[in-house]
Amino acid sequence: MERIPILKMGEFLLVTIQVDMHDRLALTLQDDLTSQIVKHHAKGVLIDISTLEMVDSFIGRMLGSIAGMARLLDAETVVVGMQPSVAITLVELGLSMQGIRTALDVEKGMAALKVAVLGTREDADDGIDL
Amino acid sequence: MTVSTSESLELRTSEDIVLVRQAVRKKAVALGFGLVDQTKVVTASSELARNMLNYGGGGTVQLEVVQNDRRSGLRLIFEDQGPGIPDIALALKDGYTSGQGMGLGLGGAKRLSHEFEIHSTVGEGTRVSILRWR
Amino acid sequence: MTSKDKFAEILDKRNGEIIANWLELQLAGGKKVSAAERQEATRQSRDFMAALTAAARKGSVDDISSPEWNRVKEILSDLSASRAKGGYTPSETAAFVFSLKKPLFAAVLQELASDGDTLGDTLWQATELLDKLGLLTTETFQRTREDIISRQQQELLELSTPVVRLWENVLALPLIGTLDSARTQVVMQNLLDAIVETRSDFAIIDITGVPVVDTLVAQHLLKTVAAARLMGADCLISGIRPQIAQTIIHLGVDLTMVTTKATLADAFAIALRRSGFVVVKNEKRSAGETRQVG
Repeated sequence: MERIPILKMGEFLLVTIQVDMHDRLALTLQDDLTSQIVKHHAKGVLIDISTLEMVDSFIGRMLGSIAGMARLLDAETVVVGMQPSVAITLVELGLSMQGIRTALDVEKGMAALKVAVLGTREDADDGIDL
Repeated sequence: MTVSTSESLELRTSEDIVLVRQAVRKKAVALGFGLVDQTKVVTASSELARNMLNYGGGGTVQLEVVQNDRRSGLRLIFEDQGPGIPDIALALKDGYTSGQGMGLGLGGAKRLSHEFEIHSTVGEGTRVSILRWR
Repeated sequence: MTSKDKFAEILDKRNGEIIANWLELQLAGGKKVSAAERQEATRQSRDFMAALTAAARKGSVDDISSPEWNRVKEILSDLSASRAKGGYTPSETAAFVFSLKKPLFAAVLQELASDGDTLGDTLWQATELLDKLGLLTTETFQRTREDIISRQQQELLELSTPVVRLWENVLALPLIGTLDSARTQVVMQNLLDAIVETRSDFAIIDITGVPVVDTLVAQHLLKTVAAARLMGADCLISGIRPQIAQTIIHLGVDLTMVTTKATLADAFAIALRRSGFVVVKNEKRSAGETRQVG
């Protein structure tokens, strides 16, 4: 069965969504990601949607679910590379994508994740400077 | 306004939703739609296709090329023989969902289209038609 | 011989004479005509007469929707479109067809002077035909003008929403005029393309030049902010005049998630600071200057 590959990059996991996803693939991805987060003690997940030419409410929901599950497992999520036409359509569609961190590309996404992870680290240490 | 019926697709499984999206994209490109317009009509078709599958038990999708004096457009007709929608106004409200979704399907598809029509009879089925001009 | 055949026959027989008289009427009317325009009018008139004669011979004078009349309609359509672009009025354009009536009727009268019935029928058919063709030119004319207008509107739309790169990482979008849904689409497109191109983290939308901010305009602004955010860029809104501030509160629009500033300068300062830039004044330069205050 086809699966979307998940790459380990240091403390983070990188997922590149390239295909036109159908339901089973989306569910498989969520399963795989959650188990990989736990397995590698990942602190962040970067989802690259730069080749997606369309994001509908199903995919939007999937991204939200992933972000939620990751947070429960103590990992931050950032979605990167949304195409301008997709962003404009999403806004018109009314999909808020609230609670989902977004960045322009992988580079900025990584930077954002590092800041986010550092932030949670500081909280966890009750203000002790690292 | 002249209509040329191009294709009719069967929607029975979630894999079919992908096929519908691809067919709509192809047609929109052929008609010369700009990228944003393409994305809007493809996304709208995805929402309606999913709705039809989840609540209507599947059905047919018809793609029509529409031509009037000054411009051309793409009309999509989603028809099912499902349970029908008892309260259409409620169904069109954002956030309302009787299932697992986000409740954006009908309202969202309407916002992404230039023209939107819906007919539904409880116990008989539903017919949703959207049109986007080039 | 039927009046239809008679009509075609007269057109053929009196072709040269009709064209000559017709041209005279077309080129009269006080307007100064250049040699090129005269030549053009002659060519158009000859083409039209040839097509008209052929159509009258082959097809029915009563039904111009049949394919025999396509060439005639094509000529009129081209003529009408080019005159619409050339600044002629609809009447001047339709006059091309209507001015044909006088010379045509004169020819018919001379040919059928002795045949009262056929004369009446033929004149009637001729006038009906020319009326239909004249109206056709008006329709094409209108359509061409409308196409020009909508194209200009599109160009205006795109020209009036520039995105400016104020500094590394900071874009500015000075909006001038009303913000309707069509304009918002162009604004979003320009802004998002600029964000991708410049990899900016901040975009300042300045609404100093937006006269009215009602619920719809506010929604359009919020949509634009949301779209930019999806591309990883934060928006600031500047140029909020006191009146606008009141309106926004009264309308109950929620702008709490967006940083807003009264002036573009203030917004720029914030964007720079958040980008990690610090602006330092060169003290050595101003050391020797005396400044008068007040």
